[in-house]
Amino acid sequence: MRREQVRYILNHMVQYSQTRFDASFAALSDATRRGVLEQLGRSDASITELADKFHMTLTGMKKHVGVLEEAGLVTTQKIGRVRTCKLGRRRLEEEAAWIEKYRQLWAARFDALDGIIEELKQQEKADARPKR
Amino acid sequence: MPAQNDNAQALTRSERISDRETTVTRRFKGPARLVYKAWTTPELLLRWWAPESFGMSFLSCEIDLRVGGAVRFVFKHPASGEPMAFFGHYREVVPNQRLVWTNEESEDGSITTVTFEEKGGETLVVVHDLYPSKKALDDAIASGSAAGYDEQFVQLDKLLVGME
Repeated sequence: MRREQVRYILNHMVQYSQTRFDASFAALSDATRRGVLEQLGRSDASITELADKFHMTLTGMKKHVGVLEEAGLVTTQKIGRVRTCKLGRRRLEEEAAWIEKYRQLWAARFDALDGIIEELKQQEKADARPKR
Repeated sequence: MPAQNDNAQALTRSERISDRETTVTRRFKGPARLVYKAWTTPELLLRWWAPESFGMSFLSCEIDLRVGGAVRFVFKHPASGEPMAFFGHYREVVPNQRLVWTNEESEDGSITTVTFEEKGGETLVVVHDLYPSKKALDDAIASGSAAGYDEQFVQLDKLLVGME
C-alpha cells in the first residue's frame, strides 16, 4: 500500500473505540481486503468490478466488502442494481464523533471553570464583609 | 445532532445547528459577572481553558479586551513539538453579557460568540461558532477527527508498513 493510503486508513481507524479498532485490524489482516482498499484508493468501484479484478465470485467479494464496511473502512451505496464501494466512513458518523469530542473538550474546561466561579463567589462574600 | 453524556452531572451540550454553525451550552452556579470575569481575565483563563485531561498546557494568554483588541492563546501538546497559537480580534465586548471574537489562525476559522445569560443566580453560557462556509466546518470535522491520536498513529504506521 502507498504511504498516503496507509495514512488515510489509519485516520479512519484510530478515531473510534477499541472494538472498531479491532475490527479494523481484522479487516486488514487479509491480503485481498488490503488490495480492495488500495483499489478503492484509486477509484470507487462496484462489487462486480472488484470481483472481476480479484478473480473472485460475487458472493466472495460481497463478504470481503462486508468486513471492510463493518470496520468502517469502506462505505457502499446501491444505485439501481449496482452497489458502489468507496473508501471512508459515513459522514454523519464522523460528524457525531467530532461533536462528541468537541463536547468533551468544553466539558473538561467547564468543570475547571466551575471551581474558579466558586472561588470568585467566596472572594466576593469575603470582600463584602465589613472591614475593621 | 446533540451529543450528551449519560452522566446527569455532565451538563455540557454540543450541537451542530446548521451547515456553518456549532454551539456548546452549559449552566454555571454563579452570576454572569463572575463567569464573564473568568472569561476575560488572563490569570483566570490560564487556569481553565486548557484542560489537563486533554494533555494540553497553556503557555501564554494575552487579551486586549476592547473592540478591535487582539486575543492570543499559545498551547503546547506533547504530541506536537511546536507550540500552537490561536489568535484573533474582539469584535464585540459587552461586559457580563456578550463576547465576539475572530479565530484567525486559519483562513477558514470561525467567529466565536459567547453569551452570558443570568437567571436566578445561575448563568447560561452559549458558545456559538460560525464558520465562513459549510466546507470550512466540514473540513474542520474531517481533520479534527483524525487529530489527537498521534501516538497510536505512529505505532500503527509501523505495524502496517510491516504488512505491505
